[in-house]
Amino acid sequence: MYQYDNHDLSIQQERVNQYREQTQRWINGELEEAEFLPLRLQNGLYVQRLAPMLRIAIPYGLLSSTQMRRLARISRDYDKGYGHFTTRQNLQLNWPAVEDSPDILQELLDVEMHANQTSGNCIRNTTTDEFAGVDPNEVADPRPYCEIIRQWSTFHPEFAYLPRKFKIAVNASPTTDRAAVQVHDIGIELNHDENGAFGFRIYVGGGLGRTPVVGPMIREFLPEEDLLTYLEAVLRVYNRYGRRDNKFKARIKILVKALSPEVFAAKVEDEWQHIRDTATKLTQAEIERVKGYFTEPDYQTLENNPPALVSAREDKAFARWLDRNVKPHKKPGYAAVTLTVKETGMPPGDVTDRQMDRIADLADEFSFGELRVTHQQNAVLADVRQDQLYDLWQAAKPLGFATANLGLLTDVICCPGGDYCALANAKSIPVAESIQRRFDDLDYLHDLGDIDLNISGCMNACGHHHVGHIGILGVDKKGQEFYQISLGGSSQRDAVIGKILGPSFARDQVDDIIGKILDVYLSKRTEEEQFVDTYRRIGIEPFKEQVYAA
Amino acid sequence: MQPNVVTLDGVVQDSWTLLDMPGEGDTLSLPDSQVIVPLKWFLEHRHEVLNADPEGRRIGVWFDSDDEPERLGNDCQILPLIAVNFPKFTDGRGYSIARLLRERFGFTGELRAIGDVLLDQLHYMKRCGFSSFALRADKDINKAPAALSAFSDAHQAAVDQTAPLFRRRA
Repeated sequence: MYQYDNHDLSIQQERVNQYREQTQRWINGELEEAEFLPLRLQNGLYVQRLAPMLRIAIPYGLLSSTQMRRLARISRDYDKGYGHFTTRQNLQLNWPAVEDSPDILQELLDVEMHANQTSGNCIRNTTTDEFAGVDPNEVADPRPYCEIIRQWSTFHPEFAYLPRKFKIAVNASPTTDRAAVQVHDIGIELNHDENGAFGFRIYVGGGLGRTPVVGPMIREFLPEEDLLTYLEAVLRVYNRYGRRDNKFKARIKILVKALSPEVFAAKVEDEWQHIRDTATKLTQAEIERVKGYFTEPDYQTLENNPPALVSAREDKAFARWLDRNVKPHKKPGYAAVTLTVKETGMPPGDVTDRQMDRIADLADEFSFGELRVTHQQNAVLADVRQDQLYDLWQAAKPLGFATANLGLLTDVICCPGGDYCALANAKSIPVAESIQRRFDDLDYLHDLGDIDLNISGCMNACGHHHVGHIGILGVDKKGQEFYQISLGGSSQRDAVIGKILGPSFARDQVDDIIGKILDVYLSKRTEEEQFVDTYRRIGIEPFKEQVYAA
Repeated sequence: MQPNVVTLDGVVQDSWTLLDMPGEGDTLSLPDSQVIVPLKWFLEHRHEVLNADPEGRRIGVWFDSDDEPERLGNDCQILPLIAVNFPKFTDGRGYSIARLLRERFGFTGELRAIGDVLLDQLHYMKRCGFSSFALRADKDINKAPAALSAFSDAHQAAVDQTAPLFRRRA
């Protein structure tokens, strides 16, 4: 993984020093609340309903075991002993003190981590596929490009006061999209042009929130060296022309829609022609330098399906976990394992300091000391020997990380909701928990197959409800919590925003309604169909009829 | 007495006066001292300005955050000073305006940040090409030099450092 050199270290240290001094001025009353606000936001500190929240960046989801242990220690020393993995590959602490935040940032810097630009109207943490670098199908490893974007966007002087927040995601898989790039402000897909040259396909103006949009493609092919100059052109057009008069119309998707994708693309192209040959143009030397940090670990020469794995498969529970939570790897004899952090009774994505330490131990023991966090709020060990999968499963099971529910109904994506978040209209975690309790029969869940259930506590959509196969949105009706249900969303390559089923429901009705929706699927599906396939074939009407039948 | 402004070399006494757009029916008459006129007025009275100040020494122009540098284009090169207004410090359009004036239209005169100019944005302003800063009156101007040099290096190319770090890493 990337390692800081003296330049990176000195820039980051100066940032911590700067923030420490700013915090001191705020404590002394020299800095008004409104003036301190964007400064602390761009250092990760957001004030929540109950306490400040610190959002720590996990660049493109990659962590070493040392870094994970440091996060555990910070949660223990500065918080209540737990953290929350978000849908954007960050880790949130829910109870730090503002006064402690400079010390926390220093502790992060000691292990080459930061909370830069994880909040505020700036370029946020770039996210990517949790199987980057090990996916047998990927076009190329996306992580070097994510790191190049991270460095370019870090303390970018022109783009620290954008109209609104700005999120970039990168996908390298030609067949799927685990990074949900088409619902990001900029989505980048690694690809080749018709002559075999390597580069990127660019989408701009996707997003969730109160105006969900699947981002249009504005450039079919961008040569590799032009990545940063083109991003700079997109950001400059947005910084100059994005709306600043209305917070709810300030995202780039509104600008792209208002201008039309074609006109927006032309404006970017025009800006880009001015700057494409400036010094910001990437060099092959820099690309190679950064790639040099993402070389393969010390893989052994192994065979697929070793005898140890074949015999262990006789354990039915293990076989089920293999089928759900273990993915193929580009190297023979290895596999990528998802540790689900979705145990019923724990809010989705919440991890205790002890669990963090244990995940770090598992990474050391089974996966070269590295791990990833996913936008589905799980953790991945990407380089596990197939002949050690059974040992890993046995070690992970008592810790609650080996529930074989990856991609199933109970692998819920969920925001912190009204229990923690000042913006939320309704609670989300109890809804998730209630559904997990109601549908806890693994045989039933496996029979249901792949279902993305996404829950957001308000229309800001941090739980990505629009792109869930089943989406649940908390709404406020005269001070009461209600829940609106949508069906058929997807964040994959066929990205689509789900359709609203109809009038919303009280919280105690939600489980029954989900049950009715599943009944329709089970009665209408053909042998081969997953939930979303059946929905696409029969449409929303049969679900409506069943749910709203008198 | 004129207030002070911050430059890259320290705090100096200001010699410029900022003029607003004249109201309906009023006219703006140019005094003999150094003045900064609104871009809109300049565009309408270009000849008058060039006659009054043929050597480009005492009449500058100010941009509001929604003014476009393209309106002036390379003509900016004849001006001794351009000021860019930050109506609110969170309005980031001025950063792009500054870079365009410097990098695209070749402005080499004094580029001044005016309006809601606080301490904690000075470093980014400097990077985008500003060379002087009319700090908001309630801010401690003596803290400006330290704020301007909060960072000794940066990743990106900008006006103050035209090579990105990746072209300079040893």
